[in-house]
Amino acid sequence: MAAIAGQQQTDLREPKGWRRTSNRIVTWLMVLAFVVVLIPLGFVLVTTVAKGISIISWQFLTADIPPNVVPANIGGMGPAIVGTIEITALATIMAVPLGILGAIYLNEYGGKNWLAALIGFFSDVMTGVPSIIMGLFIFAIWVLHFGFSGFAGALALGCLMLPIVIRSTYEMLRLVPNALREGSYALGATKARVTMTVVLPAAIGGIVSGAMLAVARAVGETAPLLFTILTVTTVNKNVFSGPNTSLPSQIFANANSPFVGAQARGWGAALTLIVIAFVLMIVARFITARFSRFSR
Amino acid sequence: MEQSEQDVATSTQLPKPQVQATASPDTFDTGTHIFDVDKVSCYYSSFRAVTDVSLKIHENEITAFIGPSGCGKTTVLRTLNRMNDLIPGAHVEGDIRYRGASLYAKEVSPIAVRRRIGMVFQKPNPFPKSIYDNVAYGPRINGERNKAKLNEIVERSLRGAALWDEVKDRLKASGLGLSGGQAQRLCIARTLAVEPDVVLMDEPCSALDPIATGAIEDLMKEIKSRYTIVIVTHNMQQATRVSDRTAFYSVLRNEESDTRTGVLVEYGRTQQIFEDPHDPRTQAYVTGRMG
Repeated sequence: MAAIAGQQQTDLREPKGWRRTSNRIVTWLMVLAFVVVLIPLGFVLVTTVAKGISIISWQFLTADIPPNVVPANIGGMGPAIVGTIEITALATIMAVPLGILGAIYLNEYGGKNWLAALIGFFSDVMTGVPSIIMGLFIFAIWVLHFGFSGFAGALALGCLMLPIVIRSTYEMLRLVPNALREGSYALGATKARVTMTVVLPAAIGGIVSGAMLAVARAVGETAPLLFTILTVTTVNKNVFSGPNTSLPSQIFANANSPFVGAQARGWGAALTLIVIAFVLMIVARFITARFSRFSR
Repeated sequence: MEQSEQDVATSTQLPKPQVQATASPDTFDTGTHIFDVDKVSCYYSSFRAVTDVSLKIHENEITAFIGPSGCGKTTVLRTLNRMNDLIPGAHVEGDIRYRGASLYAKEVSPIAVRRRIGMVFQKPNPFPKSIYDNVAYGPRINGERNKAKLNEIVERSLRGAALWDEVKDRLKASGLGLSGGQAQRLCIARTLAVEPDVVLMDEPCSALDPIATGAIEDLMKEIKSRYTIVIVTHNMQQATRVSDRTAFYSVLRNEESDTRTGVLVEYGRTQQIFEDPHDPRTQAYVTGRMG
Protein backbone atom coordinates (compact mmCIF):
# COMPACT_ATOMS: atom_id res chain seq x y z
CA MET A 1 0.00 0.00 0.00
CA ALA A 2 2.16 2.79 1.23
CA ALA A 3 5.12 2.05 -0.94
CA ILE A 4 6.15 5.65 -1.02
CA ALA A 5 6.60 6.86 2.49
CA GLY A 6 3.83 9.07 3.74
CA GLN A 7 1.78 8.86 0.57
CA GLN A 8 -1.55 7.07 0.76
CA GLN A 9 -2.95 5.35 -2.26
CA THR A 10 -5.99 7.17 -3.63
CA ASP A 11 -9.17 5.22 -3.02
CA LEU A 12 -11.12 5.23 -6.27
CA ARG A 13 -13.74 2.71 -5.21
CA GLU A 14 -17.29 3.86 -4.93
CA PRO A 15 -17.72 5.19 -1.40
CA LYS A 16 -19.96 3.24 0.95
CA GLY A 17 -23.18 4.84 1.95
CA TRP A 18 -26.72 5.51 0.86
CA ARG A 19 -25.72 6.39 -2.68
CA ARG A 20 -24.12 3.02 -3.33
CA THR A 21 -26.97 1.22 -1.57
CA SER A 22 -29.66 3.01 -3.53
CA ASN A 23 -27.81 2.34 -6.76
CA ARG A 24 -27.79 -1.38 -6.01
CA ILE A 25 -31.43 -1.44 -4.92
CA VAL A 26 -32.59 0.28 -8.09
CA THR A 27 -30.42 -1.92 -10.29
CA TRP A 28 -31.93 -5.05 -8.77
CA LEU A 29 -35.43 -3.59 -8.99
CA MET A 30 -34.93 -3.11 -12.70
CA VAL A 31 -33.75 -6.70 -13.15
CA LEU A 32 -36.76 -7.83 -11.12
CA ALA A 33 -39.14 -5.75 -13.23
CA PHE A 34 -37.66 -7.28 -16.36
CA VAL A 35 -38.17 -10.80 -15.00
CA VAL A 36 -41.72 -10.00 -13.87
CA VAL A 37 -42.54 -8.74 -17.36
CA LEU A 38 -41.09 -11.88 -18.91
CA ILE A 39 -43.02 -14.33 -16.71
CA PRO A 40 -46.51 -13.86 -18.21
CA LEU A 41 -45.03 -13.57 -21.69
CA GLY A 42 -43.15 -16.82 -21.22
CA PHE A 43 -46.19 -18.60 -19.80
CA VAL A 44 -48.42 -17.48 -22.66
CA LEU A 45 -45.89 -18.61 -25.22
CA VAL A 46 -45.09 -21.94 -23.54
CA THR A 47 -48.76 -22.80 -22.94
CA THR A 48 -49.79 -21.92 -26.46
CA VAL A 49 -46.96 -23.87 -28.04
CA ALA A 50 -47.49 -26.85 -25.75
CA LYS A 51 -51.21 -27.06 -26.43
CA GLY A 52 -51.21 -26.00 -30.05
CA ILE A 53 -48.14 -27.53 -31.66
CA SER A 54 -49.52 -31.08 -31.91
CA ILE A 55 -52.45 -30.09 -34.07
CA ILE A 56 -50.51 -27.98 -36.58
CA SER A 57 -50.26 -29.67 -39.97
CA TRP A 58 -50.81 -28.72 -43.59
CA GLN A 59 -54.33 -30.05 -43.29
CA PHE A 60 -54.98 -27.85 -40.23
CA LEU A 61 -53.76 -24.76 -42.05
CA THR A 62 -55.87 -25.35 -45.15
CA ALA A 63 -58.95 -27.44 -44.36
CA ASP A 64 -62.40 -26.02 -43.69
CA ILE A 65 -63.62 -25.53 -40.16
CA PRO A 66 -65.63 -28.60 -39.02
CA PRO A 67 -68.48 -28.61 -36.50
CA ASN A 68 -67.31 -28.26 -32.91
CA VAL A 69 -68.12 -31.86 -31.97
CA VAL A 70 -65.63 -33.25 -34.50
CA PRO A 71 -62.37 -34.52 -32.98
CA ALA A 72 -59.13 -32.58 -33.36
CA ASN A 73 -57.60 -34.67 -36.14
CA ILE A 74 -60.32 -33.71 -38.63
CA GLY A 75 -60.73 -30.32 -40.31
CA GLY A 76 -58.70 -27.19 -39.70
CA MET A 77 -58.61 -23.41 -39.69
CA GLY A 78 -58.10 -22.59 -43.35
CA PRO A 79 -60.99 -20.10 -43.70
CA ALA A 80 -59.86 -18.26 -40.56
CA ILE A 81 -56.29 -17.94 -41.80
CA VAL A 82 -57.45 -16.70 -45.20
CA GLY A 83 -59.91 -14.33 -43.53
CA THR A 84 -57.34 -12.93 -41.14
CA ILE A 85 -54.88 -12.26 -43.95
CA GLU A 86 -57.55 -10.74 -46.22
CA ILE A 87 -59.10 -8.52 -43.58
CA THR A 88 -55.83 -7.35 -42.07
CA ALA A 89 -54.35 -6.61 -45.48
CA LEU A 90 -57.41 -4.61 -46.46
CA ALA A 91 -57.34 -2.70 -43.17
CA THR A 92 -53.63 -1.98 -43.67
CA ILE A 93 -54.20 -0.71 -47.20
CA MET A 94 -56.83 1.69 -45.88
CA ALA A 95 -55.27 2.81 -42.61
CA VAL A 96 -51.51 3.02 -43.24
CA PRO A 97 -51.44 5.45 -46.20
CA LEU A 98 -54.17 7.56 -44.63
CA GLY A 99 -52.39 7.60 -41.29
CA ILE A 100 -49.02 8.51 -42.81
CA LEU A 101 -50.57 11.29 -44.89
CA GLY A 102 -52.40 12.55 -41.80
CA ALA A 103 -49.19 12.62 -39.80
CA ILE A 104 -47.41 14.44 -42.64
CA TYR A 105 -50.14 17.03 -42.57
CA LEU A 106 -49.91 17.39 -38.80
CA ASN A 107 -46.14 17.76 -38.69
CA GLU A 108 -45.14 19.31 -42.01
CA TYR A 109 -48.10 21.37 -43.09
CA GLY A 110 -50.44 21.97 -40.16
CA GLY A 111 -48.01 23.60 -37.80
CA LYS A 112 -49.94 25.16 -35.00
CA ASN A 113 -53.19 25.89 -36.81
CA TRP A 114 -56.53 24.94 -35.33
CA LEU A 115 -57.27 22.16 -37.81
CA ALA A 116 -54.00 20.35 -37.05
CA ALA A 117 -54.56 20.80 -33.32
CA LEU A 118 -58.08 19.39 -33.68
CA ILE A 119 -56.99 16.39 -35.76
CA GLY A 120 -54.11 15.68 -33.41
CA PHE A 121 -56.41 15.85 -30.40
CA PHE A 122 -59.05 13.56 -31.87
CA SER A 123 -56.51 11.06 -33.11
CA ASP A 124 -55.19 10.84 -29.55
CA VAL A 125 -58.73 10.39 -28.26
CA MET A 126 -59.28 7.67 -30.85
CA THR A 127 -56.25 5.78 -29.51
CA GLY A 128 -58.11 5.38 -26.24
CA VAL A 129 -61.42 4.19 -27.70
CA PRO A 130 -62.03 0.54 -26.72
CA SER A 131 -61.85 -1.75 -29.73
CA ILE A 132 -65.35 -3.11 -29.18
CA ILE A 133 -66.72 0.41 -29.59
CA MET A 134 -65.06 0.52 -33.01
CA GLY A 135 -66.84 -2.72 -33.86
CA LEU A 136 -70.18 -1.34 -32.71
CA PHE A 137 -69.56 1.88 -34.62
CA ILE A 138 -68.95 0.03 -37.88
CA PHE A 139 -71.91 -2.23 -37.09
CA ALA A 140 -74.12 0.83 -36.79
CA ILE A 141 -72.94 2.75 -39.84
CA TRP A 142 -72.04 -0.08 -42.22
CA VAL A 143 -73.23 -3.55 -41.27
CA LEU A 144 -76.84 -2.46 -40.64
CA HIS A 145 -77.01 -1.11 -44.21
CA PHE A 146 -74.76 -3.44 -46.20
CA GLY A 147 -74.60 -6.62 -44.12
CA PHE A 148 -71.74 -8.56 -42.64
CA SER A 149 -68.54 -8.77 -44.66
CA GLY A 150 -64.79 -8.96 -44.36
CA PHE A 151 -64.72 -5.38 -45.57
CA ALA A 152 -66.76 -4.26 -42.56
CA GLY A 153 -64.23 -5.98 -40.33
CA ALA A 154 -61.41 -4.28 -42.19
CA LEU A 155 -63.12 -0.92 -41.65
CA ALA A 156 -63.28 -1.57 -37.91
CA LEU A 157 -59.64 -2.69 -37.77
CA GLY A 158 -58.65 0.29 -39.91
CA CYS A 159 -60.30 2.67 -37.44
CA LEU A 160 -58.30 0.99 -34.73
CA MET A 161 -55.01 1.22 -36.62
CA LEU A 162 -55.39 4.75 -37.86
CA PRO A 163 -54.55 6.62 -34.65
CA ILE A 164 -51.63 4.30 -33.94
CA VAL A 165 -50.16 4.95 -37.39
CA ILE A 166 -50.76 8.70 -37.09
CA ARG A 167 -49.15 8.94 -33.68
CA SER A 168 -46.09 6.80 -34.45
CA THR A 169 -45.47 8.46 -37.83
CA TYR A 170 -45.91 11.91 -36.30
CA GLU A 171 -43.31 11.15 -33.64
CA MET A 172 -40.89 9.84 -36.28
CA LEU A 173 -41.34 12.94 -38.45
CA ARG A 174 -40.70 15.14 -35.46
CA LEU A 175 -37.35 13.43 -34.97
CA VAL A 176 -36.14 14.42 -38.45
CA PRO A 177 -33.71 17.28 -37.82
CA ASN A 178 -34.77 20.63 -39.20
CA ALA A 179 -31.27 21.02 -40.63
CA LEU A 180 -32.12 18.39 -43.24
CA ARG A 181 -35.26 20.26 -44.28
CA GLU A 182 -33.35 23.52 -44.51
CA GLY A 183 -30.61 21.86 -46.54
CA SER A 184 -33.20 20.78 -49.04
CA TYR A 185 -35.03 24.11 -49.10
CA ALA A 186 -31.71 25.87 -49.69
CA LEU A 187 -31.36 23.94 -52.94
CA GLY A 188 -34.65 25.32 -54.13
CA ALA A 189 -36.91 22.40 -53.27
CA THR A 190 -40.62 22.87 -52.79
CA LYS A 191 -42.28 21.74 -49.60
CA ALA A 192 -43.69 18.63 -51.26
CA ARG A 193 -40.22 17.75 -52.55
CA VAL A 194 -38.63 18.28 -49.18
CA THR A 195 -41.22 16.02 -47.60
CA MET A 196 -41.03 13.31 -50.24
CA THR A 197 -37.30 13.19 -50.85
CA VAL A 198 -35.76 14.10 -47.51
CA VAL A 199 -38.15 13.93 -44.58
CA LEU A 200 -39.92 10.66 -45.43
CA PRO A 201 -36.76 8.74 -46.38
CA ALA A 202 -35.08 9.94 -43.20
CA ALA A 203 -38.01 8.72 -41.09
CA ILE A 204 -39.04 5.67 -43.11
CA GLY A 205 -37.52 3.11 -40.76
CA GLY A 206 -39.55 4.33 -37.81
CA ILE A 207 -42.66 4.80 -39.91
CA VAL A 208 -42.54 1.19 -41.14
CA SER A 209 -41.97 -0.04 -37.59
CA GLY A 210 -44.95 1.94 -36.35
CA ALA A 211 -47.15 0.71 -39.18
CA MET A 212 -46.12 -2.86 -38.50
CA LEU A 213 -46.93 -2.46 -34.82
CA ALA A 214 -50.36 -1.27 -35.82
CA VAL A 215 -50.77 -4.27 -38.14
CA ALA A 216 -49.67 -6.63 -35.39
CA ARG A 217 -52.16 -5.04 -33.07
CA ALA A 218 -54.97 -5.36 -35.62
CA VAL A 219 -54.16 -8.95 -36.56
CA GLY A 220 -54.98 -10.10 -33.05
CA GLU A 221 -58.13 -8.06 -32.45
CA THR A 222 -61.33 -9.95 -31.75
CA ALA A 223 -63.79 -7.40 -30.47
CA PRO A 224 -64.10 -5.21 -33.59
CA LEU A 225 -64.75 -8.32 -35.67
CA LEU A 226 -67.51 -9.77 -33.48
CA PHE A 227 -70.21 -7.50 -34.91
CA THR A 228 -68.78 -7.09 -38.36
CA ILE A 229 -67.77 -10.41 -39.90
CA LEU A 230 -69.42 -13.17 -37.80
CA THR A 231 -67.84 -16.58 -38.42
CA VAL A 232 -68.09 -19.01 -41.33
CA THR A 233 -66.85 -22.54 -41.86
CA THR A 234 -65.70 -22.34 -45.47
CA VAL A 235 -63.34 -19.96 -47.20
CA ASN A 236 -65.07 -16.75 -48.30
CA LYS A 237 -62.86 -15.44 -51.06
CA ASN A 238 -64.98 -12.33 -51.55
CA VAL A 239 -63.89 -10.02 -48.81
CA PHE A 240 -66.49 -7.43 -49.80
CA SER A 241 -69.63 -9.45 -49.26
CA GLY A 242 -70.95 -12.16 -47.02
CA PRO A 243 -69.81 -13.15 -43.54
CA ASN A 244 -66.19 -14.06 -43.10
CA THR A 245 -64.09 -15.38 -40.27
CA SER A 246 -60.71 -14.74 -38.70
CA LEU A 247 -58.35 -16.47 -36.33
CA PRO A 248 -59.19 -14.30 -33.31
CA SER A 249 -62.94 -14.74 -33.88
CA GLN A 250 -62.42 -18.48 -34.24
CA ILE A 251 -60.31 -18.66 -31.09
CA PHE A 252 -63.08 -16.83 -29.25
CA ALA A 253 -65.78 -19.15 -30.61
CA ASN A 254 -63.83 -22.37 -30.03
CA ALA A 255 -62.74 -21.39 -26.53
CA ASN A 256 -66.41 -21.07 -25.59
CA SER A 257 -67.08 -24.56 -26.86
CA PRO A 258 -67.22 -27.54 -24.45
CA PHE A 259 -65.84 -29.98 -27.04
CA VAL A 260 -62.24 -31.15 -26.78
CA GLY A 261 -61.68 -31.14 -30.56
CA ALA A 262 -62.89 -27.55 -30.90
CA GLN A 263 -60.69 -26.46 -28.00
CA ALA A 264 -57.65 -28.11 -29.55
CA ARG A 265 -58.36 -26.32 -32.82
CA GLY A 266 -58.62 -23.10 -30.82
CA TRP A 267 -55.14 -23.61 -29.39
CA GLY A 268 -53.82 -24.35 -32.84
CA ALA A 269 -55.41 -21.16 -34.13
CA ALA A 270 -53.81 -19.22 -31.25
CA LEU A 271 -50.38 -20.58 -32.10
CA THR A 272 -50.89 -19.79 -35.80
CA LEU A 273 -51.85 -16.23 -34.89
CA ILE A 274 -48.76 -15.77 -32.72
CA VAL A 275 -46.57 -17.07 -35.53
CA ILE A 276 -48.20 -14.69 -38.03
CA ALA A 277 -47.61 -11.73 -35.69
CA PHE A 278 -44.05 -12.90 -35.10
CA VAL A 279 -43.32 -13.18 -38.81
CA LEU A 280 -44.75 -9.69 -39.36
CA MET A 281 -42.39 -8.33 -36.70
CA ILE A 282 -39.38 -9.98 -38.31
CA VAL A 283 -40.39 -8.64 -41.72
CA ALA A 284 -40.74 -5.19 -40.16
CA ARG A 285 -37.20 -5.43 -38.77
CA PHE A 286 -35.83 -6.35 -42.17
CA ILE A 287 -37.69 -3.58 -43.93
CA THR A 288 -36.53 -1.08 -41.33
CA ALA A 289 -32.92 -2.17 -41.72
CA ARG A 290 -33.17 -2.00 -45.50
CA PHE A 291 -34.67 1.49 -45.52
CA SER A 292 -32.38 3.00 -42.95
CA ARG A 293 -29.09 1.74 -44.40
CA PHE A 294 -27.86 5.29 -44.92
CA SER A 295 -28.39 6.42 -41.39
CA ARG A 296 -25.48 6.33 -39.03
CA MET B 1 -38.57 47.84 -61.83
CA GLU B 2 -41.92 46.21 -62.38
CA GLN B 3 -40.31 44.41 -65.27
CA SER B 4 -37.39 42.91 -63.39
CA GLU B 5 -39.58 41.74 -60.52
CA GLN B 6 -41.60 39.93 -63.08
CA ASP B 7 -38.44 38.30 -64.36
CA VAL B 8 -37.53 36.73 -61.05
CA ALA B 9 -41.00 35.38 -60.58
CA THR B 10 -41.41 33.82 -63.98
CA SER B 11 -38.12 32.94 -65.64
CA THR B 12 -36.23 30.03 -64.13
CA GLN B 13 -32.89 30.93 -65.58
CA LEU B 14 -31.79 34.48 -64.93
CA PRO B 15 -28.92 35.32 -67.24
CA LYS B 16 -25.75 36.19 -65.42
CA PRO B 17 -24.53 39.63 -66.49
CA GLN B 18 -21.05 39.90 -67.87
CA VAL B 19 -18.38 40.21 -65.25
CA GLN B 20 -17.22 43.78 -65.26
CA ALA B 21 -13.62 44.85 -65.32
CA THR B 22 -12.05 44.58 -61.92
CA ALA B 23 -12.60 47.71 -59.95
CA SER B 24 -9.59 49.58 -58.75
CA PRO B 25 -9.00 48.72 -55.08
CA ASP B 26 -9.41 52.31 -53.98
CA THR B 27 -12.93 52.80 -55.12
CA PHE B 28 -15.32 51.18 -52.72
CA ASP B 29 -18.59 51.22 -54.50
CA THR B 30 -17.86 49.94 -57.97
CA GLY B 31 -18.64 46.69 -59.72
CA THR B 32 -21.96 44.93 -60.01
CA HIS B 33 -24.15 44.81 -56.95
CA ILE B 34 -25.59 41.39 -56.34
CA PHE B 35 -27.55 42.47 -53.30
CA ASP B 36 -28.70 45.93 -52.45
CA VAL B 37 -29.96 45.77 -48.89
CA ASP B 38 -31.90 48.89 -48.07
CA LYS B 39 -32.94 49.74 -44.51
CA VAL B 40 -33.85 46.18 -43.62
CA SER B 41 -35.26 45.25 -40.24
CA CYS B 42 -35.97 41.65 -39.35
CA TYR B 43 -38.53 40.53 -36.85
CA TYR B 44 -39.21 37.25 -35.10
CA SER B 45 -42.86 37.81 -34.19
CA SER B 46 -42.68 41.10 -32.28
CA PHE B 47 -38.98 40.88 -31.46
CA ARG B 48 -36.90 43.10 -33.72
CA ALA B 49 -33.70 41.10 -34.21
CA VAL B 50 -32.04 43.46 -36.69
CA THR B 51 -32.67 47.14 -37.29
CA ASP B 52 -32.04 49.27 -40.35
CA VAL B 53 -29.31 47.38 -42.13
CA SER B 54 -28.18 48.84 -45.46
CA LEU B 55 -25.33 47.44 -47.51
CA LYS B 56 -24.40 46.43 -51.02
CA ILE B 57 -22.84 43.07 -51.84
CA HIS B 58 -20.59 42.89 -54.85
CA GLU B 59 -20.27 40.29 -57.53
CA ASN B 60 -17.48 37.70 -57.42
CA GLU B 61 -16.31 38.86 -54.04
CA ILE B 62 -16.36 37.28 -50.62
CA THR B 63 -18.23 39.40 -48.13
CA ALA B 64 -17.82 38.53 -44.46
CA PHE B 65 -20.33 39.30 -41.70
CA ILE B 66 -18.65 39.52 -38.31
CA GLY B 67 -19.84 40.55 -34.88
CA PRO B 68 -20.66 39.25 -31.42
CA SER B 69 -23.30 36.57 -30.82
CA GLY B 70 -26.88 37.73 -31.14
CA CYS B 71 -26.06 40.68 -33.36
CA GLY B 72 -28.13 39.42 -36.27
CA LYS B 73 -25.47 38.36 -38.78
CA THR B 74 -27.12 35.04 -39.45
CA THR B 75 -30.56 36.63 -39.56
CA VAL B 76 -29.45 39.06 -42.26
CA LEU B 77 -27.77 36.24 -44.17
CA ARG B 78 -30.93 34.14 -44.06
CA THR B 79 -33.04 36.99 -45.38
CA LEU B 80 -30.86 37.02 -48.50
CA ASN B 81 -32.34 33.77 -49.81
CA ARG B 82 -35.61 33.94 -47.89
CA MET B 83 -34.60 31.12 -45.61
CA ASN B 84 -36.20 33.00 -42.74
CA ASP B 85 -39.57 32.46 -44.37
CA LEU B 86 -39.42 28.98 -42.88
CA ILE B 87 -39.45 30.28 -39.33
CA PRO B 88 -43.01 30.96 -38.16
CA GLY B 89 -43.46 34.60 -37.25
CA ALA B 90 -40.36 35.86 -39.03
CA HIS B 91 -40.84 38.86 -41.30
CA VAL B 92 -38.83 41.57 -42.93
CA GLU B 93 -39.25 45.30 -43.36
CA GLY B 94 -37.34 47.30 -45.92
CA ASP B 95 -36.18 46.22 -49.30
CA ILE B 96 -33.59 43.74 -50.55
CA ARG B 97 -32.79 43.87 -54.23
CA TYR B 98 -31.11 40.93 -55.88
CA ARG B 99 -29.71 41.93 -59.27
CA GLY B 100 -32.26 44.71 -59.33
CA ALA B 101 -35.28 42.59 -58.43
CA SER B 102 -36.97 42.99 -55.10
CA LEU B 103 -36.63 39.70 -53.17
CA TYR B 104 -39.64 40.32 -50.99
CA ALA B 105 -42.05 41.43 -53.69
CA LYS B 106 -45.37 39.65 -53.48
CA GLU B 107 -45.06 37.60 -56.64
CA VAL B 108 -41.52 36.36 -55.96
CA SER B 109 -41.30 32.64 -55.33
CA PRO B 110 -38.88 31.73 -52.53
CA ILE B 111 -38.22 28.48 -54.40
CA ALA B 112 -36.95 30.38 -57.45
CA VAL B 113 -34.87 32.61 -55.18
CA ARG B 114 -33.21 29.67 -53.43
CA ARG B 115 -32.38 27.97 -56.70
CA ARG B 116 -30.12 30.92 -57.48
CA ILE B 117 -28.95 31.69 -53.99
CA GLY B 118 -27.64 28.57 -52.27
CA MET B 119 -26.73 28.15 -48.64
CA VAL B 120 -24.21 26.19 -46.59
CA PHE B 121 -25.08 25.77 -42.94
CA GLN B 122 -23.19 25.93 -39.70
CA LYS B 123 -23.47 22.23 -39.01
CA PRO B 124 -22.81 19.92 -41.94
CA ASN B 125 -26.21 18.51 -42.84
CA PRO B 126 -25.75 15.79 -45.46
CA PHE B 127 -28.96 13.97 -46.29
CA PRO B 128 -29.22 10.35 -45.16
CA LYS B 129 -28.48 9.24 -48.71
CA SER B 130 -25.38 8.13 -50.58
CA ILE B 131 -22.65 10.64 -51.39
CA TYR B 132 -23.69 10.52 -55.03
CA ASP B 133 -27.36 11.08 -54.26
CA ASN B 134 -26.51 13.95 -51.95
CA VAL B 135 -24.79 15.84 -54.74
CA ALA B 136 -27.29 14.80 -57.41
CA TYR B 137 -30.19 15.88 -55.21
CA GLY B 138 -30.32 19.48 -56.39
CA PRO B 139 -30.05 18.73 -60.13
CA ARG B 140 -32.65 15.99 -59.74
CA ILE B 141 -35.24 18.22 -58.10
CA ASN B 142 -34.62 20.64 -60.92
CA GLY B 143 -35.62 17.93 -63.37
CA GLU B 144 -32.27 16.50 -64.49
CA ARG B 145 -32.79 12.79 -65.24
CA ASN B 146 -29.96 12.11 -67.70
CA LYS B 147 -27.59 9.62 -66.04
CA ALA B 148 -24.47 10.69 -67.91
CA LYS B 149 -25.16 14.33 -67.22
CA LEU B 150 -25.77 13.65 -63.54
CA ASN B 151 -22.49 11.73 -63.32
CA GLU B 152 -20.73 14.66 -64.87
CA ILE B 153 -22.37 17.17 -62.52
CA VAL B 154 -21.53 15.04 -59.47
CA GLU B 155 -17.91 14.72 -60.47
CA ARG B 156 -17.57 18.40 -61.32
CA SER B 157 -19.21 19.50 -58.07
CA LEU B 158 -17.16 17.13 -55.93
CA ARG B 159 -13.99 18.29 -57.68
CA GLY B 160 -15.13 21.87 -57.16
CA ALA B 161 -15.50 21.19 -53.46
CA ALA B 162 -12.07 19.47 -53.34
CA LEU B 163 -13.65 16.22 -52.21
CA TRP B 164 -13.52 14.10 -55.35
CA ASP B 165 -10.21 12.34 -54.67
CA GLU B 166 -11.31 11.32 -51.19
CA VAL B 167 -14.69 9.87 -52.14
CA LYS B 168 -14.50 8.83 -55.79
CA ASP B 169 -14.23 5.16 -54.84
CA ARG B 170 -17.18 5.20 -52.47
CA LEU B 171 -19.81 7.37 -54.10
CA LYS B 172 -22.47 4.84 -53.09
CA ALA B 173 -21.51 4.99 -49.42
CA SER B 174 -23.63 6.97 -46.97
CA GLY B 175 -23.03 10.69 -46.79
CA LEU B 176 -23.35 10.39 -43.03
CA GLY B 177 -20.18 8.31 -42.80
CA LEU B 178 -17.93 11.23 -43.73
CA SER B 179 -15.86 13.18 -41.23
CA GLY B 180 -17.03 16.66 -40.26
CA GLY B 181 -14.79 18.45 -42.75
CA GLN B 182 -15.65 16.07 -45.56
CA ALA B 183 -19.35 16.33 -44.77
CA GLN B 184 -19.16 20.12 -44.94
CA ARG B 185 -17.38 19.94 -48.30
CA LEU B 186 -20.07 17.50 -49.43
CA CYS B 187 -22.66 20.12 -48.48
CA ILE B 188 -20.72 22.71 -50.47
CA ALA B 189 -20.56 20.32 -53.44
CA ARG B 190 -24.32 19.81 -53.10
CA THR B 191 -24.82 23.56 -53.23
CA LEU B 192 -22.47 23.98 -56.21
CA ALA B 193 -24.28 21.22 -58.10
CA VAL B 194 -27.27 23.45 -58.77
CA GLU B 195 -24.91 26.11 -60.12
CA PRO B 196 -26.11 28.94 -57.97
CA ASP B 197 -25.30 32.56 -58.53
CA VAL B 198 -24.59 33.26 -54.87
CA VAL B 199 -23.44 30.98 -52.07
CA LEU B 200 -24.38 32.02 -48.55
CA MET B 201 -22.31 30.42 -45.80
CA ASP B 202 -23.41 30.48 -42.20
CA GLU B 203 -20.29 29.87 -40.09
CA PRO B 204 -19.31 26.97 -42.33
CA CYS B 205 -16.13 26.18 -40.41
CA SER B 206 -17.24 26.54 -36.82
CA ALA B 207 -17.56 22.78 -36.37
CA LEU B 208 -14.32 21.95 -38.16
CA ASP B 209 -10.67 21.55 -37.23
CA PRO B 210 -8.01 23.95 -38.60
CA ILE B 211 -7.00 21.67 -41.47
CA ALA B 212 -10.55 21.20 -42.71
CA THR B 213 -11.09 24.94 -42.21
CA GLY B 214 -8.05 25.66 -44.34
CA ALA B 215 -9.35 23.38 -47.08
CA ILE B 216 -12.69 25.16 -47.13
CA GLU B 217 -11.09 28.59 -47.12
CA ASP B 218 -8.88 27.65 -50.08
CA LEU B 219 -11.98 26.36 -51.77
CA MET B 220 -13.83 29.63 -51.22
CA LYS B 221 -11.02 31.66 -52.74
CA GLU B 222 -10.92 29.27 -55.66
CA ILE B 223 -14.61 29.43 -56.50
CA LYS B 224 -15.17 33.14 -55.98
CA SER B 225 -14.33 33.87 -59.58
CA ARG B 226 -17.55 32.06 -60.49
CA TYR B 227 -19.73 32.72 -57.49
CA THR B 228 -20.49 35.52 -55.11
CA ILE B 229 -20.00 34.42 -51.53
CA VAL B 230 -21.38 35.86 -48.32
CA ILE B 231 -20.01 34.28 -45.18
CA VAL B 232 -20.94 34.69 -41.55
CA THR B 233 -18.03 33.97 -39.27
CA HIS B 234 -17.11 34.23 -35.62
CA ASN B 235 -13.49 33.91 -36.53
CA MET B 236 -11.96 37.27 -37.34
CA GLN B 237 -8.79 35.70 -38.71
CA GLN B 238 -10.97 33.84 -41.15
CA ALA B 239 -12.57 37.07 -42.27
CA THR B 240 -9.16 38.67 -42.86
CA ARG B 241 -7.92 35.58 -44.66
CA VAL B 242 -10.73 35.12 -47.14
CA SER B 243 -12.95 38.13 -47.47
CA ASP B 244 -12.78 41.18 -49.70
CA ARG B 245 -15.28 43.16 -47.71
CA THR B 246 -16.38 42.95 -44.13
CA ALA B 247 -19.54 44.07 -42.42
CA PHE B 248 -19.33 44.47 -38.67
CA TYR B 249 -22.58 44.05 -36.75
CA SER B 250 -23.14 44.77 -33.12
CA VAL B 251 -25.86 44.60 -30.51
CA LEU B 252 -27.62 47.80 -29.60
CA ARG B 253 -29.16 47.76 -26.15
CA ASN B 254 -32.00 50.02 -25.20
CA GLU B 255 -31.71 50.43 -21.45
CA GLU B 256 -35.13 52.05 -21.03
CA SER B 257 -37.23 49.32 -22.60
CA ASP B 258 -34.63 46.59 -21.90
CA THR B 259 -34.62 45.43 -25.49
CA ARG B 260 -31.75 44.62 -27.77
CA THR B 261 -31.42 44.58 -31.50
CA GLY B 262 -28.68 43.98 -34.04
CA VAL B 263 -27.31 46.84 -36.09
CA LEU B 264 -24.77 47.19 -38.86
CA VAL B 265 -21.97 49.28 -37.41
CA GLU B 266 -19.48 49.50 -40.22
CA TYR B 267 -19.06 48.09 -43.70
CA GLY B 268 -15.97 48.42 -45.81
CA ARG B 269 -13.03 46.66 -47.39
CA THR B 270 -11.70 43.99 -45.08
CA GLN B 271 -8.31 45.66 -44.80
CA GLN B 272 -9.88 48.96 -43.81
CA ILE B 273 -12.18 47.35 -41.23
CA PHE B 274 -9.33 45.57 -39.52
CA GLU B 275 -6.55 48.10 -39.89
CA ASP B 276 -8.30 51.42 -39.89
CA PRO B 277 -11.78 51.03 -38.39
CA HIS B 278 -13.69 54.28 -38.34
CA ASP B 279 -16.11 53.35 -35.59
CA PRO B 280 -14.83 52.91 -32.02
CA ARG B 281 -17.06 49.82 -31.58
CA THR B 282 -15.47 48.16 -34.60
CA GLN B 283 -12.07 49.01 -33.27
CA ALA B 284 -12.89 47.55 -29.86
CA TYR B 285 -14.15 44.35 -31.48
CA VAL B 286 -11.40 43.73 -34.01
CA THR B 287 -8.67 44.43 -31.49
CA GLY B 288 -10.29 41.92 -29.14
CA ARG B 289 -11.36 44.34 -26.44
CA MET B 290 -15.02 43.53 -26.76
CA GLY B 291 -17.26 40.69 -27.84
